[in-house]
Amino acid sequence: MINDTIAAISTPIGAAGIGIIRVSGSAAVSIVERVFRSSRERKIEDAGTYRLLHGFIVDKSGDVVDEVLVSVMRGPHSFTAEDVVEINCHGGLIAVRRTLAAVLEAGARPAEAGEFSKRAFLNGRIDLAQAESIIDLITAKTEKSLNVAVNQLEGILSQEIRKMRAQLMELLAHIEAGIDFPEHDIEEISLAMIEERSKEILHNIKKLINTSETGKIFREGLKTVIAGKPNVGKSSLLNALLKENRAIVTDIPGTTRDVIEEIVNIRGIPLKLVDTAGIRETEDLVEKIGVEKTKEMFADADLIFLMIDASSGIGQEDKEIFPLARGKKTLVLINKIDIKKETTYKEIEKYTGRHDIIEMSLLTGQGLEKLEKRIEDIAYAGLVSKQDELMVSNIRHKHTLERTACSMEGVISALEEKLPTDCMAIDLKAAWESLGEITGETVSEDLVDQIFSRFCIGK
Amino acid sequence: MEYLAGKYDVIVIGAGHAGCEAALAAARMGCRTLVLTLNMENVAFMPCNPAVGGPAKGHLVREIDALGGEMAINTDETSIQMRMLNTGKGPAVHALRAQADKKMYHVRMKKVLEMQPNLDLKQAMVERILVEGENIKGIVTRNGAVFHSRAVVITTGTFLKGKIIIGDVAYSGGPNGQEPSVTLAESLRDLGLSLGRFKTGTPPRIHRKSVDFSKMIIQPGDEKPYRFSFTGKPRLREQLPCWLTYTSEETHNVIRENLHRSPLFSGRIEGVGPRYCPSIEDKVVRFADKPSHQIFLEPEGRDTEEMYVQGFSTSLPEDVQVKMLRTIPGLAKAEIMRTAYAIEYDHLPPAQLKLSLETKTINGLFSAGQINGTSGYEEAAAQGILAGINAARYARGKEPLIIRRSEGYIGVLIDDLVTKGTNEPYRIMTSRAEYRLLLRQDNADLRLTEKGREIGLISDEQYGKFEEKRKLIEAEKERLAEVRIHPVEQVQEILVGKGSSEIKQNTSLLEILKRPEINYADLKKMAEGFPDLPEEVVEQIEIQVKYDGYIKKQMEQVERFQKIERKKIPEWIKFEEIKGLSSEARQKLGRIQPGSVGQASRISGVSPADISILLVYMEQKRRELSEGDQNK
Repeated sequence: MINDTIAAISTPIGAAGIGIIRVSGSAAVSIVERVFRSSRERKIEDAGTYRLLHGFIVDKSGDVVDEVLVSVMRGPHSFTAEDVVEINCHGGLIAVRRTLAAVLEAGARPAEAGEFSKRAFLNGRIDLAQAESIIDLITAKTEKSLNVAVNQLEGILSQEIRKMRAQLMELLAHIEAGIDFPEHDIEEISLAMIEERSKEILHNIKKLINTSETGKIFREGLKTVIAGKPNVGKSSLLNALLKENRAIVTDIPGTTRDVIEEIVNIRGIPLKLVDTAGIRETEDLVEKIGVEKTKEMFADADLIFLMIDASSGIGQEDKEIFPLARGKKTLVLINKIDIKKETTYKEIEKYTGRHDIIEMSLLTGQGLEKLEKRIEDIAYAGLVSKQDELMVSNIRHKHTLERTACSMEGVISALEEKLPTDCMAIDLKAAWESLGEITGETVSEDLVDQIFSRFCIGK
Repeated sequence: MEYLAGKYDVIVIGAGHAGCEAALAAARMGCRTLVLTLNMENVAFMPCNPAVGGPAKGHLVREIDALGGEMAINTDETSIQMRMLNTGKGPAVHALRAQADKKMYHVRMKKVLEMQPNLDLKQAMVERILVEGENIKGIVTRNGAVFHSRAVVITTGTFLKGKIIIGDVAYSGGPNGQEPSVTLAESLRDLGLSLGRFKTGTPPRIHRKSVDFSKMIIQPGDEKPYRFSFTGKPRLREQLPCWLTYTSEETHNVIRENLHRSPLFSGRIEGVGPRYCPSIEDKVVRFADKPSHQIFLEPEGRDTEEMYVQGFSTSLPEDVQVKMLRTIPGLAKAEIMRTAYAIEYDHLPPAQLKLSLETKTINGLFSAGQINGTSGYEEAAAQGILAGINAARYARGKEPLIIRRSEGYIGVLIDDLVTKGTNEPYRIMTSRAEYRLLLRQDNADLRLTEKGREIGLISDEQYGKFEEKRKLIEAEKERLAEVRIHPVEQVQEILVGKGSSEIKQNTSLLEILKRPEINYADLKKMAEGFPDLPEEVVEQIEIQVKYDGYIKKQMEQVERFQKIERKKIPEWIKFEEIKGLSSEARQKLGRIQPGSVGQASRISGVSPADISILLVYMEQKRRELSEGDQNK
């Protein structure tokens, strides 16, 4: 806990296209080494302190995440007095986040608020005057995480996790009671039952990891398609979003050259507006690329904005496009309500009744804030609460869930290899404990309490 | 009239399982030691079941042995039955359990104390603890004898203000018809120590000839010779069986009809009893849907007809005890020789102690055993040896010996008590240990002999044998890693015959031994040149090789754990001054005064953020102090 290796984005989130990931701790070099491919086949390990290395960050599947400069500052001559590696990303916000994800996957832990400063202080690097502010930071963080915990009490995620913890506890209590009180007639749980339950739990954890959409959103951006007939206001919307929010224009390597994506950061959520070039140039998506292509783009999207003109009503194009969006998270944006005609507007309402509707006027700016709020809601969709630290807290949850899955796999392989129960109990307990980190329930006398309340034990 | 009766380095009050180990350890370390008992006939007496060991408890016994204690040998020499429990559940939880001959256990231990150089054993009731300022000075007995000493270890068990309760009958007393110790409790209170009230109980003893064994299931010992102690060779002794029977619906009816006469339900008993040792009436009430409960009959020794009725602890009135016993198959004519009773006693809530078992407030005053809120002979003895060692080290001006949670169950036990406190009599369990796969009963010697040696409790001869064992294990593991065998037919046949898969290329014996279905004996059929190794060496090799993955995983956890464990919290830290701590953390840290950051992190209610703040505060203070020094 004191000397493990931590990582975080150390430049302000949402700022310019350059970002720095700082990694600190005894394993900083070896962890970054795992995700870094030097352009000159050099190893970070061999690089001197305060040297820069050029190369690429690659993720688990071997895909290039970003072109980077890596600098090494060896302890004690670094900010934290530990080994510090900094990764200078160039690929913009998404690349920064994906790089962080890769570093975490390679074994680092997400840093707590103020943790770099805390280490710097504990290791004698920064002066006494700063100690107070570090304490304040930690306290603030605690209050915030308390809020997170409270919010999550009602969340789907914590309900799920509580349920799994209870199942794990039941298995453990059976196993442990049998071990500690071997001569009592405790109903022993069969290995087949343990295996069945463990597989079920593992399955559920994996499902949770996969459905942790927010994590994916932060890593990859929310793929959004704006559709609508010509002159409905697609480019105005784009411009409005760009004007209000800092945009990052990215040429994503590995994708077709002519597809340009605009990435807009809306309330901390990266929105990836797909094929905006098309939208901008022709103002007519369907005409240019046809129904089939639209279908494809919709299929690939996380979010669709269907724009309708309040002054001209539903047109033939709208009727063609609308059914294509079926089954996708869709926002119907009724534009030009400043000049709406009541009769056509009623027709629109009738037609789009089944969707999320936002009325807006890009001319006056009306409804824009509501749209941003709605985007935020969708991104967080009940999986996590709305806190500044969300991105971190979410990566942390995912990290923890992955660790839990790993433990459960250990349980199952121990069962398959017919290893004795005390081996599998180690992984079961680890899984139970790591899930507890998410819900904030710490190890306590729980297990012992369970054993005594469940079984009649005694001399 | 008080008179100065003598001077010692260490005085131990009480000669139960904790007292005996404490006194022997101190004396063997060369301290002039006095051990006082209320009654010579009750040295190392077992007031409850005639058994030693079992899961986690057996582990403790072996750890005591590795540190140079007596419990293991004393059990080995006086046992009437031994069984290895949990053999199907993996090496970490294998647990040796012995039925002991109560009388012989006492006789032999008393003799060991009597023969021990540097040790005086005397019968006396201690009335008062003498203190000078914050330091211990000695004790005073009821007869007016004053003994001075550098250190005192209190091991008074359940005697402090003991009260016996049988149904509606209650009287002041210690276990088994002995005198309680009343004024000593007052003396402790006068010293500013706070006392709590616990309760425990014991079942009736019945006459063997009144039992119909034909209605019971025999429970024989294992036919394999076992030994708790790592010294000497195991030999198979003549074993006495135990017997199993069950309560009936009729038993439960008798209990239900008489519940109103139980002091537990009427409120006569105030002390908190242990959950793992519930009375039979408690079981019937709490697990109402269970149609029957196990009852074991255990012989109390070779030279007695008394049998212990395990599972039948009760505080119901005597007449009800007889009535309910006689509803049990095989006990229709049972004659009670000793009545079951509940006992209430004062204990010293253990959060008042340091990890060395010294009290936080009085230098040189130690306590160990049931008085610290534990239950069980093994738990008592484990604390006893540690308190004895540390009293001796204190008397010599040396740093205390602390066993960490990662090093032994003794560490788990004491750290739990001191850090978390306990609200019921504490029993050790394997599930309390985080690093269970490392803390096995088979490797207690490998874990702790070195420490025993350092403190001076392991003889040259014993240490030589230990080193020899350790060398044999390492040498053979190296050899197994070097010898590679070829995928020839003869080898494949053996592998397939054991339900294993064939090897595809040259493979080391070590790799093959990792397979769960292959044991060391199988390897001998695959290659030549095997040395002749003792059984315990082969056992170690098998376990270390087979569970290597899990052992390594746990070692990594220990590594992380030790980093914060080594971070000491200076005694001058004032937790109430630390800004930013949660109020619960501030209050609990202040009360428990943890010695290390690791210990602080185990206190319930102390969050990781509190720990961060504590670390920052400690560093802040440290720098302020060193700056202050520079300015002088």
